[in-house]
Amino acid sequence: MITDIFHIVRDNWTLLLIGQYPNGPLGGLAITLILSVAGLALAFPVSVLLALGRVSPLPILRAPAIAIIYTVRGVPLVMFIFWVYFFVPLLIGTTISGFTTMLVTVVIYEAAYLAEVIRAGIEGLPKGQVEASRALGMSYLQTMFKIVLPQALYNMLPAMISQFVSTIKETSLGYVISVNELTFAANQINSTLLTKPFPVFVMLALIYFVLCSLLTQFARWLERRIARRRSGGPRSTVATVVPNSNTVAATTAA
Amino acid sequence: MSTKLDFSVLLREDYPRLIIEGVSTMLQLTGYAWILAMAVGILLALLRMTRNRWAERAVALFVEYHQNVPMLVQIFLWYFGVPTLLPDSVQLWFNQRHSEFLFAIIAVGLCMSAYISESLRSGIRAIPGSQMEAARALGLSYLRASRLVILPQALRIALPTLVSHTVLLFKNTSLAMVIGVAELTYATREIESQSFHTIETYLLTTVIYLGISLLIMAGGAMLENRYRIKTR
Repeated sequence: MITDIFHIVRDNWTLLLIGQYPNGPLGGLAITLILSVAGLALAFPVSVLLALGRVSPLPILRAPAIAIIYTVRGVPLVMFIFWVYFFVPLLIGTTISGFTTMLVTVVIYEAAYLAEVIRAGIEGLPKGQVEASRALGMSYLQTMFKIVLPQALYNMLPAMISQFVSTIKETSLGYVISVNELTFAANQINSTLLTKPFPVFVMLALIYFVLCSLLTQFARWLERRIARRRSGGPRSTVATVVPNSNTVAATTAA
Repeated sequence: MSTKLDFSVLLREDYPRLIIEGVSTMLQLTGYAWILAMAVGILLALLRMTRNRWAERAVALFVEYHQNVPMLVQIFLWYFGVPTLLPDSVQLWFNQRHSEFLFAIIAVGLCMSAYISESLRSGIRAIPGSQMEAARALGLSYLRASRLVILPQALRIALPTLVSHTVLLFKNTSLAMVIGVAELTYATREIESQSFHTIETYLLTTVIYLGISLLIMAGGAMLENRYRIKTR
């Protein structure tokens, strides 16, 4: 089986890496990564706004933020893909590609999950920070943007990397609407080979595994480093391991 | 395409039957996968506590694999890959008996068991070691101390993540669609492609998913309130 995997990778590595590029559209791992990076980058500003809405003292800002976050958390990603696939062309009047569909979906979905991560970061800060900056005469918004968010975002860096891992995994669903990403490429290989499904999908799983667990290790390392810095000493106790992203949102669920 | 919503379309043909069967399949899938995930999750958490180096490593690898590979890929591997390793007669047996449903349960259940074992483990780790020492000093055996002192507290701490993982498991059953399990998402696509009433169909399904998810979350919140340890 290992030789099978080796042969499959040797014969198809360009398809897995970049799709048919430069003779055709870019695909494979490249598209998976582009989708994840762009998706998370675009989701970030939205998620900051959502998180600020979520912790806002004004119900008129809080209610829609809560509604959006709960809707996203309660409906499967596949359903969102179908909604975007169908609804965005209706809104803008032209059809959109599978890539754009997936990108829009990832942005909506990740914005909500990232918002919960950022909220956890905001609520994890000591109250004294807000009180002190308000006492110094800063406005609510100044306090948020100059005191609270910079610290909250820094502390939440590891959780955001975990969220990036989730995003990479989520892009595999692009397969459902035939986006040319890694899972789709592997399925193409599988249907040309026909007789080797096990090695093909083991290989696919391995690629994701290596990519995502490296990122997870990096997130853990970063978390330990940040925990050390925050506690001041070079050799303080280590914080808990980063659970998968969803648990950050989860602890705030109830 | 009409711009007015007409939900009566969903009552035509055999759409109601498709939806009801879809919901029923989805709930069965959720139920079985949840039982599998909890059983394996508890087992993994216990194995990790044994302090046996090999057991710990094996569990860590299992958890890493299931958390770092997309569930869709895991489903593909189970449904398309694993049967080819079995003898032909077993393959035939599977094919005659809705193997897609069975493999969906295994894939979703095992994947979520990794998450569940992690949240149980962090619950157990959150209990200070002095609790165990005190329980032992009072004359409880290791097992009784675990069962009566550690686990009741650990479960309370793990409850919020367990609930959100249950929601996640429930949502992820929709992925079984890709291997042809006729659950709700699958039924939705069928109806949509036959009726062309996209908004109505998707709206109904979205509301069903959201309703059940919120129900699980509310149930979890209720459990938390009920079992909260009263503090001074």
